[in-house]
Amino acid sequence: MKMAMKKSVRRELEALFFVWPFVLTFTCFIVIPVIVAIYLSFTYFNTIQPPEFIGLKNYVNLLTQDNVFMMYVLPNTFKFSLIVGPGGYLLSFWLAWLLAQIPKRSRSVLTLIIYSPSMTAAVAMSVVWLVVFSGDSSGYLNSILIGIGIINEPIQWMQSPHYLMYIMIAVTLWNSMGVGFLAMLAGMLNINQEMYEAGYIDGIKNRLQEVWYITIPSMKPQMLFGAVMAVVGTFQAGDIGVTLSGANPTPQYAGQVIVNHIADYGFIRYDMGYASAVSVVLLVIVYGLSKVCWRLFAEKD
Amino acid sequence: MSSFHGNKVNPTRMHKSQFKFYLFLISLSAFMILPIIFMFSQSLKPIGELFLYPPRFFVENPTFKNFYDLFNVTSVTVIPMTRFLFNSIVVTGSVVFLSITISAMAGFALSKLEFKWKKVLFEANIIALMFVSAAVTIPRYFVVDTLGLTDNLLGHIIPVLAMPVGLFLIKQFVDQIPNEIIQSASIDGATNFTIFRKIVVPVIMPAMATVSILAFQMAWNNTETSEIYMNKETLRTFAFYMTTLTGNLENKVAGQGIAAAAALIMFVPNLIIFIFMQSRVIDTMAHSGIK
Repeated sequence: MKMAMKKSVRRELEALFFVWPFVLTFTCFIVIPVIVAIYLSFTYFNTIQPPEFIGLKNYVNLLTQDNVFMMYVLPNTFKFSLIVGPGGYLLSFWLAWLLAQIPKRSRSVLTLIIYSPSMTAAVAMSVVWLVVFSGDSSGYLNSILIGIGIINEPIQWMQSPHYLMYIMIAVTLWNSMGVGFLAMLAGMLNINQEMYEAGYIDGIKNRLQEVWYITIPSMKPQMLFGAVMAVVGTFQAGDIGVTLSGANPTPQYAGQVIVNHIADYGFIRYDMGYASAVSVVLLVIVYGLSKVCWRLFAEKD
Repeated sequence: MSSFHGNKVNPTRMHKSQFKFYLFLISLSAFMILPIIFMFSQSLKPIGELFLYPPRFFVENPTFKNFYDLFNVTSVTVIPMTRFLFNSIVVTGSVVFLSITISAMAGFALSKLEFKWKKVLFEANIIALMFVSAAVTIPRYFVVDTLGLTDNLLGHIIPVLAMPVGLFLIKQFVDQIPNEIIQSASIDGATNFTIFRKIVVPVIMPAMATVSILAFQMAWNNTETSEIYMNKETLRTFAFYMTTLTGNLENKVAGQGIAAAAALIMFVPNLIIFIFMQSRVIDTMAHSGIK
């Protein structure tokens, strides 16, 4: 009995040796910040005085008083996420599928090209976007459009409330072929060839049926991983509007999404309690949407 | 096999039936690579070409003057650019090394060892895959500040070490190693540490390579730690220096070439690493599914 106890303690200690560095950093920089955010969301906190407990007031204000949130941030976030999330995901799947149909050597080159936008840092690429979408007539887009006669005067692309959102969506879609894309490509390449043969014997007639009845069911775990990465990436990517327009808030709140709203209240107005309430709402939204993906793709036992 | 006349996925050679796929792929990837080619082209343009009207896409008389200026003429601050580059290299190197080490150790334990809270840790990590770090920038700052990591190079490193995606990918990969191998090594008297070092690490190299790419991208491109945790200019990184070059760039044509040169320095290391590790990444990602 004593021996068994000693052995189990030893086993625990050995496992602890391997997990403690991860558990420690995970706890300090992921778990505790989330708990602190939840706590602060119930307080008024301006960083000078200690946090003062105010119950649900931040949440009530968010839902009833915050016009900017209701009129701009929420609709913008929905618009941006609905296009970039599913759009980027479908694009990733489609490109991965196309890549799986060609031989290895050319596939490696094309994969590299398609993945490379997601390796670029937003700050570095702003060098390109700022020149391409520059507001004067020497901007590339303006110059081309004037050249072919579509517009007569240069458009202030990034300061214009009409266009900023579309540019944000285009840029984010451009670099959305990331980890999820690679996972789906790998999953597709790993499907057993015999599955397809069996499918054709069972009467599959074309590529579309092949994708629907064989490819997707055989790579559900990778589809789920890709979907979760797409949801997280979409909500994380919102900063691009501020990078492009160079201002938070963005011009007339045209590109303001939920992460900008958090930064606006947290680092510009120093209302940390309110910013935390918005953060908690964001975490809940992302968690909820990921759970939806779970329902769609999880393998039922 | 020969009786099978259906379509072939993952084909071994080129065939004219693949033409339609190439058509889509090549036109789309041409479109995707355009901004990156433009960055190369822009960084090599002499100042006269940056001012040209109408603007030209490709450089005509390439020059390395922008790179020279970037390294020698530091306009915005008195601190030489090489200092930021040095910080970035130290920080990124440490993050890559430490994060793959702790992810590999924890991945091994989660997959092959038995301990209390194992299930809790795995579930917590799955939930953390959905974690949007931008949401907790503020409370994270308080933690970093409490631990005394502000104005300290370690402040770039320690807060980003726990990578839920990294642990997840490595754990899935360790799952592929048969338990019998571990058990027989254990019966032969090998300690868990020896098993980890001699059996597990060599097998999970592809997964570790993949995680190192992700860690590299995250650390090398990170501006947040410089902006929020570091008040001393000398402790900031190259990615942060980049933001000072692009600020208000729209109105300063002269800075565009230098900024593009800096952007290229940000991009090229990512590219090189991915080229070397691409096949390992695809190997790892095959096991990335969430079951």
